[in-house]
Order: sequence, then C-alpha cells, then structure tokens
Amino acid sequence: MRSVIFRTVAPFLTGLMMLFSVFVLLRGHNEPGGGFIGGLIAVSALAIYGIAHGVQTVRRAIYFHPMTIAGAGLFAASIAGIVSLAAGVPFMTGLWIYPSLLGVEVPLSTVMLFDTGVYLVVVGAISSIALSLEERGGE
Amino acid sequence: MSRRHRWDTDCVMAASTSPPLDLSAALVLAPPTAAEWLVILPVVWCLILGALLVMMRRNVSLHPVIAIVGLAGLVGIDGLLLLEVIRNGPLTMVMGRWLPPFGIAFTADLTGALFALIAALVALAAGVFSIADINDSGRRYGFYPLLMVLMAGVTGAFMTGDVFNLYVWFEVLLISSFGLLVLGSEHEQIDGTVKYGFLNLVATTLFLVATGYLYAVFGTLNMADIARKAEGLRSNAPLMTLAGLYTLAFGMKAAAFPVNFWLPASYHTPRVVVSALFAGLLTKVGIYALIRVMVMLLPVEREELSFVLAIAASLTMIVGVLGALAQSDFRRLLGFLIISGIGSILAGIAVGGPGGIGGAIFYALHSMLVMTALYFASGIAMRLGASASIVTLAGLYRRHVGFAALSLMLCFAVSGLPPFSGFWPKVMLVKAALDIGAWWLAAVLLLAGFLTTIATGRLFLLAYWREQAVAVGETPPLPAATLAPLAALTLLTLVLGLYPEPLLATIQDAAAGLDDPSAYRESVFPGGWPQ
Repeated sequence: MRSVIFRTVAPFLTGLMMLFSVFVLLRGHNEPGGGFIGGLIAVSALAIYGIAHGVQTVRRAIYFHPMTIAGAGLFAASIAGIVSLAAGVPFMTGLWIYPSLLGVEVPLSTVMLFDTGVYLVVVGAISSIALSLEERGGE
Repeated sequence: MSRRHRWDTDCVMAASTSPPLDLSAALVLAPPTAAEWLVILPVVWCLILGALLVMMRRNVSLHPVIAIVGLAGLVGIDGLLLLEVIRNGPLTMVMGRWLPPFGIAFTADLTGALFALIAALVALAAGVFSIADINDSGRRYGFYPLLMVLMAGVTGAFMTGDVFNLYVWFEVLLISSFGLLVLGSEHEQIDGTVKYGFLNLVATTLFLVATGYLYAVFGTLNMADIARKAEGLRSNAPLMTLAGLYTLAFGMKAAAFPVNFWLPASYHTPRVVVSALFAGLLTKVGIYALIRVMVMLLPVEREELSFVLAIAASLTMIVGVLGALAQSDFRRLLGFLIISGIGSILAGIAVGGPGGIGGAIFYALHSMLVMTALYFASGIAMRLGASASIVTLAGLYRRHVGFAALSLMLCFAVSGLPPFSGFWPKVMLVKAALDIGAWWLAAVLLLAGFLTTIATGRLFLLAYWREQAVAVGETPPLPAATLAPLAALTLLTLVLGLYPEPLLATIQDAAAGLDDPSAYRESVFPGGWPQ
C-alpha cells in the first residue's frame, strides 16, 4: 500500500478532497450535496492520509480529538435550532442574515449552521471509527 | 453564482406580477408562547448538554457535576411542562414553522408529560447513583454524554407527535443504550449487548416497515392527522395489519412474551446504574409507544386485538414471575420482575377503557420508579455482600438495617402490596378486567401479584434475613451517593401509595385524553383541518 507514488500523491489528494467536501457542503442548500455527504468525503480524505502516512500524523493534523469535533457539530446543530427562540419563531425556523463582505453580499443562515453541524458530526464520528480501526488493523 | 442570481431575480419578478403570497396557508405566523417552548426545550437541553460533555474530554471529573445539574434542570423543565399541560391542555410546537401535517409537530399531552417527568426523575436518581458506580475509565468512555443523549431520545419519544419522528427518537435512545451497555468492554457485556442489539434492531426494522406501510395507507405521519383519517379508511384499508405490526414491534421493545428473552440475557451484565436506567426507561418507552399508537391512533383495532393482547399479557406476567422464582442472580431476578410488570401493563391495554388504560399508565410510572430503585438495591447489596448471587449473599439485614428496610419496602411495592404505589394500579387493573367480564385476566393479575410476593419474599429471606454462615470482616462503608437515590425513590413510591389522589386524577384525565383525542387534535390543528 505505502508505495512512493501513493505517499507522494496522498497529501495533494487529501487537500483537494477536503476542499471538495466544503464545496459539497455549501452547495447542498439548493442542489444535491449537504453536510452528510460532505462529511463523508472529508473522512475519506482523512482515511487516505492515514493509510499513506499513519494514524498519528492524521491525529496531529486535525488537532482536536475526533469525538470533540463530533460534539462541536452536535452543539452547532442544536444552537441553530435554538436561535429561533430569540427571533420569536418556532424551533428550527430558517433565519437569514445578509452581511456584505468586501462588497459581496454573503447570505448566511441557521440552516447553513445546522448543515455545518451535521458535517462536523459526520467527520468526527466516522473518522473516530476509521482511525481506531486503522490503528488496530495496521500494526 | 450567476445562475443563483438569475433564479433570485426570476422569483422577484414572479412575486411582483402574481398576487401577494398567502403565507398563512403554509406557515405558522403567530410567535410561539413561552409555554410552547417547554415542549421542545427538554430535548434540546439534553442534546446541548450532551454535546458540551462530549467536547469536555480533558475534564472528565467535571462530568458528573454538569450532568446532575443538567438532569435536575430537566426535572424542572418537565415539571413546568406537566403543570402547564394540566392547566391549559396539550401544547404543540411545529418545527421550522411549517404547518402540520407537513411540519413535524411536537405535542405534549398529559400522558407524554407524565412519562417525561418520571423519566427525568429516574435519570436524576441514576445520575446521583453514578457518582459512586462509574469510575474514571467509565467517565472517559463517555457515560455522562451517553446518559444525556439517552435522555434526549427518551424525552423526544414522549413528546413527538409524528410517527416517523418517534422512530428517529427510538434510534437515538437505542444507539446511546448500546454505548452504555458496553461500557467497560468485558466479555459478558459484549455478549449481552450483541443479544440486546440484535433483537432491538429486528424490532426497530419492524417498526420502520410498519411506518412505511402506514404512510402508504394514510399519506400522513402526523399522529393527530392519522387519528382523524383512520375513521374514513377503516372500511377498505389494511389497518389490522398495521396494528399487528406495531403491536409486535413495540411488544418486542417492551419485552412482552414471547419476544422477551433479550431482556434477562442483557440487563444483568452492565454497570448497576446502567441496568437501573434501562429498567426504568427503555421498556417503558416501548409501552408508551404501544399506548400511543394502539389506544389513540387505532382504537378499533386495539379492541379487535384485545383477546390476543390479553393472552400475551397473561403469559408475560406468569413467565416473568416464574423466571424470577427460578433465578439466583439478583439482577437476573429483577429482569424477570420487569417482564412480569410489563405483562400487567399489557393487561391494562388489552382491557382498554379509562380504567384499563389509566391502570396501565399508572402501573408503568410506578414500575419506572420501583424497578430503578430495586436495581440500585441490587448494586448496594453487591457492595455489601461482595456477591451477585442470592445463594451466597446473606445477612444483609445485620450489615445495614436501614438499607434492608428500604429494600423490604421496595419488595412490597413491586408485589403490589399497600401502602405503596404498586397497590393502586393493581386495583384499577383488576377492577377494569372484572368490569368487562374478563375474570380470568383478573385472576392472572392476582396470581402474578401473589407469585411476585413469593419471589421477593424468597429474595429477602435468602439475601437479607439468612444468617451468614462464615464470619466476614468489616462491612464496607456505603457512600451516601448510593443510599440517597434509593431512599428518595422509595420515599416517592411510599408517598404515591399513601396519597395517590392528585396523580390518580391526572392519570384519569390522561387516559380520557387518549380515548378522545379532540384536545390533542385541537392543539395540533388550532384552526380546524387543513384543506
């Protein structure tokens, strides 16, 4: 598995897939995509990196423990629902703001926050499983 | 990006040429009241706390404090919700302000609020007990986050007004229960978890199949909408098949005979506090779902199935208590007592009517409190006697008189003897069975109660009263964290046994609300039915 070609390509592949996963996450609002599938792509990227360079490298690279990432995602998704309390609308109603960044209007919403939460839960939970399987299976 | 812009301008142009949109046809426009937030708050509260606890991996020593404060808060929220529902009737909040039946409705009626409050009390007691039962490695494995997510699942199941959403909450609580069961990763625990997991996944799949079929027949998943449409569909839709599938699926979850064998195979393996939680919560969620679907949504089909249910109930009661008589492991014995209790609740559902359903609800609430307390007692007994078998346990009475007294009270309560909380639901169930002429069911109820008295008497005689044959050293001191929740739950069953009137009145209203769900429907569809 750990051939020179694979080890050389893996970092580039991982970076591209990570970028693509964020693209799929953001695209998911109106078109096919979303947090779940985006999260799975991100985990595949981490898995490729792990196979090429070892699990410890991946753990160092993502800095946080995978379960912490999953917890943060669950927290973000719950907060996305509870924001409605302040706006006086029922739980999980989609709320939008349109801040202007460098002259470009950027639509942000609680829906997006929720989907980002889903993304993080999937990244955290599945990479936690994948990394520990890799850790025990490889050696 | 350019396509998005075009799409937006198209919308604006379409909106400017067509008449103004009537949003009230699709959305809830009135801002929700503070009381309505109480319906969703318990679930979100548990999820947020669970997420925070997952993130606090470095400070596991803080976990119990946060979890116990959080569970106390949950008891407070559920208590407020119950008061609000008693005062103003069922409360509904729809997710994302989409009008039901398309938006998912969370509806708390008396039954749901009562179950949620007792579940929160049980979880709080378990949270306190866990201080002494869950060590540092259990905390690192994530006992407290799993506990909070389990409570989110349980409370969500009690609150939701949508059948598919009920399935989702079942999944949430099932997944966290797997995590709690394998806490410790011992060989026996994995064995128990595999049996538990497999049987529960079969039941969940049946539940999902039934729900898909229900959607195909009704075209809606909203409970209030289903209850309305069932009347018109009864002549040509296969509602009996649906009722049969749901009865089997929820019967499996509730451990009714003949699909009860997963419970005694798994409940004696995990940590004591985990068995106590499961005894109080999991089978009762199955019972709650059975009551909700069979009594509120498909009442005529329940009537048709009542004989089958009564047979299953009788066999569950008798098999459960005979199993309890044959066991020597303290916790396995208790597992069979849970099954016997499930039989009594099923008997109430089979009999139906305000007496039967009220008796079933009361028995379920009583069983949540008492079975949890009995599992706590088994844990304390194991600490005192250093053994899990009642053959080798002896002389507990001499070692700790107060603990023995509390245990004796619980033995009386679970057998349905006065003056404890088990007495009143037994009376209601026997009376309801006699009222419809099912004397044999009343006889089985009484026989099961009698045999339970013998089973608990045997337990008390062997483990508590019997003199210790060999001299043993000093009695290990009991932490207050183990005795306090046991005493609190026992006191609660005593109070409910001595002064049952307020709870009894509430339960009768709850049963009436299930029998005639017009208030429930009014809460989901305040302006009448959607066109």
